Amino acid sequence: MTTTVIGPGTGGPPGPAAKPTAASRVHWVIADTLTITKRNLISYTRTPEALFFSTLQPIMFVLLFRYVFGGAINPGNHLSYIDYLMAGIFVQSVAFGGIGAAVGLAEDLHEGLIERFRALPMARSAVLAGRTTADLVRNVFVVVLMTGVGAAVGFDFPNGALGFLASVALVLLFSYALLWGFAFVGLMASNSETAQVMAFPILFPLIFASPAFVPARQLPGWLRAFANHQPVGVVINAMRALMVGPAAGVGSTSGHVVEALAWCAGLLLVLAPLAVWRYRRTS
Amino acid sequence: MSVSMASTSTTPAIEAHDLHKTFGGTVVALDGVSFAVEQGTVFGLLGPNGAGKTTAVRILTTIINPDAGWGRVLGYDVVHHADTVRPLIGLAGQYAAVDENLTGRENLTMVGRLNHLARDVVARRAVELLEQFGLSDAGDRPLKTYSGGMRRRLDVAAALVARPKVLFLDEPTTGLDPQSRMDVWSMVEGLVGEGTSVLLTTQYLEEADRLAGHIAVVDRGHVIAEGTPAQLKADLGATVLDVGLPDAEAAQRAAVILQTVGAKSPTVVGSIVELPVDDGPRVAMEVLRLLDQHALAPTTFRLREPSLDDVFLALTGQRAEEDGAGPEGAPATEPGSRRRRRRARAAAGTTGDGGGR
Repeated sequence: MTTTVIGPGTGGPPGPAAKPTAASRVHWVIADTLTITKRNLISYTRTPEALFFSTLQPIMFVLLFRYVFGGAINPGNHLSYIDYLMAGIFVQSVAFGGIGAAVGLAEDLHEGLIERFRALPMARSAVLAGRTTADLVRNVFVVVLMTGVGAAVGFDFPNGALGFLASVALVLLFSYALLWGFAFVGLMASNSETAQVMAFPILFPLIFASPAFVPARQLPGWLRAFANHQPVGVVINAMRALMVGPAAGVGSTSGHVVEALAWCAGLLLVLAPLAVWRYRRTS
Repeated sequence: MSVSMASTSTTPAIEAHDLHKTFGGTVVALDGVSFAVEQGTVFGLLGPNGAGKTTAVRILTTIINPDAGWGRVLGYDVVHHADTVRPLIGLAGQYAAVDENLTGRENLTMVGRLNHLARDVVARRAVELLEQFGLSDAGDRPLKTYSGGMRRRLDVAAALVARPKVLFLDEPTTGLDPQSRMDVWSMVEGLVGEGTSVLLTTQYLEEADRLAGHIAVVDRGHVIAEGTPAQLKADLGATVLDVGLPDAEAAQRAAVILQTVGAKSPTVVGSIVELPVDDGPRVAMEVLRLLDQHALAPTTFRLREPSLDDVFLALTGQRAEEDGAGPEGAPATEPGSRRRRRRARAAAGTTGDGGGR
């Protein structure tokens, strides 16, 4: 086909580079991802009102369930409801907070920023990797905040610090897998409003038809089966086993954790390539 | 098949060869577009909305691939050697592609870093560019506080961070006020002085005329004319005489009377007769004499530079289609476009009262 003989540049800036080595390619993927991550995080700090209202909602959920509905729900095993509740709150916070990733990407597409990125000599993968990394950092912030709110209304780390940290690590991993799904939704949506309304109905049944707020045994049989085996339910059960210990009454901790890790890995393996595929063909 | 030596001084800065692109299987954006841009020159792609200008730019800046044909930048194929092309080019689009929440300096830094320039180089370059574009004072404010003109200047600045050899400016002044438009123009002139090659797309003949040494007129995915601004205007007639009459019927009569006076046949738009002329003042006297003989009294009478509409009319026999909104919903309705074009003319100083607002 076309044979191009690469000659010397005309003395200008960046001459045609030699084929980059694998090491330098990895270096630039990381550097570009960090640049995009930083940009997204700066964006979050410049819109504190958005951050405030998106964290206000989970805080209100804590208060609502702790003080309004909680009294009517018996988690069993002499477990206090707030100790039961927190696992569900963490998953709910990071899941709904992830909509921000979809909205952000949809905006970048709509405003032409991604066009500019495509014409730059940056790593192709950095736009999505930077987006999901930034939102993972945001989720760390949300988890720390919700831990503080939980502790303030009586959550007392029933299974110790280690169990708690393990469950937090699990929810962050799960949120990272979900973020690639949100990235996909953001790339599919024609604008940020659409991204928002597209993400919501996917999340809603997963969050509420789960053991997040109510023990699964109180659900009708068909719903119980769904609640305990869909990914959000599986992750909540594993978190609860780690965070609360035997009193969670969910059975073998390791079994739940393995099942949850398998879901995280599976979602990541499906959602990340899906988002990347969509990014490549979006123009 | 073809063998090219890349990047010698005679290699064209940009080559487009028989580019074809269809969107969604039905919308033909490019239907065989070819042109070449010499190094160190400004080349203007002139055409109305939807002519295919932006599609050509997106292909040549490696954003999308053509369905057929090829493009090269400094000899490098934009599809097969995209990684070599990207460090050589800068792109500023019609829609300022910048992050609203970041400051001007942060935007420039981000683009510089993504161009893989060292941190200190980027920092110095950002200071330089903010200074050059009159944004030093606003450099540390988030972009959402910028005016449209400031935003566009920052967008162009971002395209220049890595000192590209070849710059693509896609309708850089569409929607700008006259002062900002002039600023962008002098900036482009400055760059060419430094040896940068520029591909400029525009809807304004005045803009292409002022900046570009060579122009290709595109319409519906085809290049319909190509040449220097002087050649294009010579084909058209150097100026246009607009004669306003009391009503459309009088205008039709006047058009018949004035059939052979100008360089080309007149056209009637509403109650105005538009007459391309070579020798304005002489023809003006002749026109007034003829109208007087036929007892027609003009209500308005002026000589002006030809507009894109006139070029289109001369080349295609029909008016440029101005009603297609851009893909991003740009306000490109007929009245808006006309207003903008009139502003452009004023800014170019071609009506004598330009630039003073």
